[in-house]
This record gives sequence, structure tokens and C-alpha cells, in this order.
Amino acid sequence: MTNDQIMFYLFAAIISICSVMTVVSRRILRAAVFLLFVLIATAGMYFMLEYFFLAGVQLMLYAGGIVVLIIFSILLTSHINQKFQLPSWRKVVPTIAAVALGLFLCITTILHYTFKPSAGMEQAKHNLHDIGLKLLDTGANGYALPFEAISILLLAAMIAASVIAKKN
Amino acid sequence: MTEGIPISHFLIVSAIMFFTGIYGFIVRRNLITILMSIELILNSVNINFVVFNKYLYPEHLEGQFFSLFIIAIAAAEAAVAIAIIINIYRRFSTINVENVNEMKH
Repeated sequence: MTNDQIMFYLFAAIISICSVMTVVSRRILRAAVFLLFVLIATAGMYFMLEYFFLAGVQLMLYAGGIVVLIIFSILLTSHINQKFQLPSWRKVVPTIAAVALGLFLCITTILHYTFKPSAGMEQAKHNLHDIGLKLLDTGANGYALPFEAISILLLAAMIAASVIAKKN
Repeated sequence: MTEGIPISHFLIVSAIMFFTGIYGFIVRRNLITILMSIELILNSVNINFVVFNKYLYPEHLEGQFFSLFIIAIAAAEAAVAIAIIINIYRRFSTINVENVNEMKH
């Protein structure tokens, strides 16, 4: 086993165990912290895949922004010592059956499919310069329109959030 | 950095994460934990996009841009959802889904 493989299986174990703990933990703040571990391990996977910009965005926006937002709203709406009651088995058993069936189908399909890489295998440059140029490119393969659309979406979400959350 | 790791292992990890998110989405009662399950689902989809980009089409950047836009939309969605949750808490003093079954304008 090389170092990279050891790192990958470490991240995979963290992601699998902590995502299960996120949905079964009975204390809500612990669930949020397990979610934080999942998101950080995902950023580690992006670093392994050499998408450094995406890994930085993942760390800043998900691990830094969304988790902090979730923890703030937990502190505003819940008692810290309160434990959830266990969900009834009548709800848990069919859900586990459905999820296990879906997971089984997905994994067998993945393992039986042969993935073919595309013909031109030269690695694209993934530095920040290329990403920035691509985001503002109005040509054939540019992303100027979705970039502008997402900026309007963010503005709308910001205004909507402050309008909804204000008192009457 | 990824020699010796087959693409299927990445996909299996993201499949586990996706179906864990679906389990949480169905079983949980608290609105904030449901929101956390949605974040798990979105994150697993991001991993899929990035891994397909890296292993199958390394000369393009499309998967990376899809992931960037998904992250931005997830941030907007979390902000609006938490604003709604806090408003619901103010009105009903609870954020359990079975107690919030009445719509007021």
C-alpha cells in the first residue's frame, strides 16, 4: 500500500462512519460536528485528486460557512442537553430496507461497469488562472452566463433570507 | 496522487454517503437534521462530478465547474432554509416536522 492509498482509505473510512453517525446521533450538536468531519474529509479527497481550488472552496464555504450557520441555528432553536427519542421501528425498518436495496443496486452496477477514459488524456491545467478565465468566457465553452445567474441567485437568497427571518 | 485507487472505490464511498443522506432525510423529525441530510446528499453528488472529471475526462474542467455551482446553490439553499426554520420556531416554538402541519399566511 502506498501512502496515497492509505490516505484515501482513511478519508473513505472517515466519510462513511461520520456520515452514518450524522444521521443516527441522538444529540443534534454532535450530528453537526460529525457533518463537519464528513465535509473536511471530502475536502481532503479533493486535495488528493489535485483540485486545489475546489478543495479550498469546500473548506471555506461548506466547512466554514454552512456548518457554522447550522450550528448557530441549532443553538437558537434547541436545548443542548436534549436527546431525540429513538425513531419507531415501523419507520426505520422499511427505510433501511429501501436504502440497502438502493445501495446494493448502485454498488453492483458500479462494480460491473467498465469505465473508459476519453481519448485525449493530456491533463488540463487546473490553476486558478484558467478557472477564472473560463468563468468569464462568453465563448463556446465559457461559463459567463451561469456565473452571472448564480450571482443573481445569491443576491436573491440573501434578500429573501433577511425578509423571511425579520420579525413581522 | 491517485495511482492504484480505482474509480469504483470513490464511487462506492459517494454512494454510501448518498444513501445515508436519504436515510436521514426520511427518518429524522427535526428540520435542521433534515437539512444536514440534504447537505450530505449534495456533497456526495459533488464527489461524483469531480471523480468523473478526473478519471474519465481529465482534459476538461466541466465537472469542477458543476461542483462549484452546486456548492454555491447549496449555500443559498441553506441560508433560506435556516431563515424559514427560525421563523417556524418563532411561530410554533418547535421545529419537529409533525408539529408543523398547519400553514398560516
